[in-house]
Amino acid sequence: MLYREAGQFSSRYADDRRVFRLRQDRLGLALLLVFAFAVVPWLGNDYWFGAILIPFLVLSLAGLGLNLLTGYAGQLSLGSAAFMAVGAFAAYNFELRVPGLPLPASLLLGGLVAALVALLFGLPSLRIKGFYLIVSTLAAQFFVPWALTRFGWFSNYDASGVISAPKLEIFGIDFGTPAGRYLLTLGVVTALFWLGHNLVRSELGRNWMAVRDMDTAAAVIGIPLLKTKLLAFAISGFFLGVAGSLWAFAYLGTVEPHGFDLNRSFQVLFIVIIGGLGSILGNFLGAAFMVLFPLLLSNLAGLLPGGLIDAGQLENLQKIVFGALIVVFLIKEPEGLARLWQRLRERARIWPLRH
Amino acid sequence: MFERSFASRLALALSLGGAAFAAQAGGEQYFPLQSYRVGPYAAGGTGFFGGFIDYLRYVNANGGVNGVKLTWSECETEYVVEKGVECYERLKGGLNGAPAAATNPLSVGIAYATLDRSTADRLPLITINHGRTDSTDGSVFPYAFPLQLNPYSEVSAIVNYIGQQAGGLDRLKGLKIVTLYHGSPYGKETNEVLKTLAEKYGFALTLLEVPHPGNEQQSQWLNIRREKPDWVILRGWGVMNPVALKTAQKVGFPANRIIGNIWSNSEEDAAPAGAAAKGFIAITTHPSGSDFPVLQGIRQEVVDKGQGDLADPKRFGTVYYNLGVVNGILNVEALRIAQEKFGKQPLSGEQVRWGLENLELDDARLAALGAKGLVQPLKLSCSDHEGGGAVRFQQWDGEKWTLISDWVQADRALLRPIIEASSRKYAAEKGIAPRDCAKEA
Repeated sequence: MLYREAGQFSSRYADDRRVFRLRQDRLGLALLLVFAFAVVPWLGNDYWFGAILIPFLVLSLAGLGLNLLTGYAGQLSLGSAAFMAVGAFAAYNFELRVPGLPLPASLLLGGLVAALVALLFGLPSLRIKGFYLIVSTLAAQFFVPWALTRFGWFSNYDASGVISAPKLEIFGIDFGTPAGRYLLTLGVVTALFWLGHNLVRSELGRNWMAVRDMDTAAAVIGIPLLKTKLLAFAISGFFLGVAGSLWAFAYLGTVEPHGFDLNRSFQVLFIVIIGGLGSILGNFLGAAFMVLFPLLLSNLAGLLPGGLIDAGQLENLQKIVFGALIVVFLIKEPEGLARLWQRLRERARIWPLRH
Repeated sequence: MFERSFASRLALALSLGGAAFAAQAGGEQYFPLQSYRVGPYAAGGTGFFGGFIDYLRYVNANGGVNGVKLTWSECETEYVVEKGVECYERLKGGLNGAPAAATNPLSVGIAYATLDRSTADRLPLITINHGRTDSTDGSVFPYAFPLQLNPYSEVSAIVNYIGQQAGGLDRLKGLKIVTLYHGSPYGKETNEVLKTLAEKYGFALTLLEVPHPGNEQQSQWLNIRREKPDWVILRGWGVMNPVALKTAQKVGFPANRIIGNIWSNSEEDAAPAGAAAKGFIAITTHPSGSDFPVLQGIRQEVVDKGQGDLADPKRFGTVYYNLGVVNGILNVEALRIAQEKFGKQPLSGEQVRWGLENLELDDARLAALGAKGLVQPLKLSCSDHEGGGAVRFQQWDGEKWTLISDWVQADRALLRPIIEASSRKYAAEKGIAPRDCAKEA
């Protein structure tokens, strides 16, 4: 009733194959984009941009990067943060050493370098699977920060090894304000999600899913495992690399190698697991959960009268509540928040009837 | 007009920032506290912010700063950079209409990440005894204040002390010094200047990194045993320090040849190492102890009334706690000085910055504050955001710290050109036009 498909006929094959076949979906997406691009910059304040929206968008993108690899191609990885670091440092060095390079080009090149590194660390995936593959990607997680710390060239011999973001300027327009940084992030993230969504519906995406479900069977029907798996690593690395440079440039403004430690990899993995493996929307839901819930709890805790609970204990209580929430969500919906959303849509379709 | 204010109010109401209630408090100055009470560095955070908050309470109990009451709220950072940024954005707008005076994140990583934001928001960023060294040059970093002691001064003073022990700086030639540093921006900050000093004085320098958080140091100390250095400079933080002392004992390196830096100098660093810490030397900008009149005042008017911030009252008067008190004194004195110029009312960050740049504490003023001997005499200016640069050395006797030296001054004249070169490089990278400090005075 609320979500009626009735009356929407496809008269051409192209109509039937489009990404958003339902009018409601197309309209909703368009409205959402208009809201995000035109209304939010006008409504939001520094806190919303700098502390909530930008990290949310960047982590969604990182989630998408890992989801392509783990959710679609079935290759487990714990090296997400390392590839983000590669992207951030590569983009920084391109910006620094190639004068006059426009910012989008540095982001792109940073992503490509991350893709190369990811490809390299993806090589073992041809021989090993599952938990063993995790261990080999874990090597990236230790190797990359070590290399970035060990060789001063990467951080332009900065005394403390911290890189500081270049000026965010594209064709003379300054994106350095909080709203500007938000728009820059939103633009990049929207473009890459568009790419990602189309990618998983392409032949490559279908190959990934075949490999994920059973790689022997996939090989038997003629899917080249080498190419498919390595492309999954490279493309995932590209997305993560761009996310890493956005994290460094648009969000924090500075980055040190240890900002991309194992905890960040776990964070991205949790986003994917909680949001939903093999789902595009799930990345947003997972990132929202991971970014917004702790902030919400912490802000709620801030409203409590001071001195009621010891400040240190209050902090630990929030962690307990957040952990409990994760457990509850996963028990209620093991397939992630994206599945929850899907069920809601099915409900809405037949409402007010129940079956 | 109406629509605009409605929209902004809606945005405010939507904001989780806690500043939703736009009630005008009037006559209050706000301190946004990016504190950390959990995580591996909780000992430092609870002590420092405990002392800071207790001092603010003490000032309030005595009528505030010229009648302006101080208020504050906390936001937990866990010493994690993005949390610190989130807290900065959440708190920077003030509380219930009381404007923010300055941020004190007590974390180099967070300070680095909020440096640009502080400048854009015109809110002073105070990094007492730490921070980015070249931010000492106020002409390039108008809003950053590495008060008392920046990292370069710190190592310079340590090298000067080692020289004193050897019988003169010329005797440094041929000595072997190992620096064991925390693998973070903070830890690495001094490596370059140590190399410069090693070249100048001719001592052999070995730099060894301990990865964060530093609870495994066996291989580093085996290296040290092989090197047989004359001195080890311990540039640690949190749990890394007691582990270093215990491992040193295991490999047979004497504790009285280890010099702890400014973040390896607290009771929490030495005491957990037990007997291994006996004889350990560390620098400090302020002695521990609770005999200073200002601490007695805090005890009477805050702690004894049950309003103290420390969960463990035994930590009253320890190094971290006293650093918090010192930080409180410097913040509040900057407010007081700025109030003389801008009127006795809550001030904006920009006005507080003026107060910090004109901060001058001589012995007479320190005696009036009851902090003589606790805070070193300071004088800041537009070009000098550090102001002090002297440390004293203390030794752990197994239970408490005893001072073993008078004030040892860093060679600030030597460091200044290095700092300026670095800040000029930063200014060129960022496209900042440095202020002309001659005109400011």
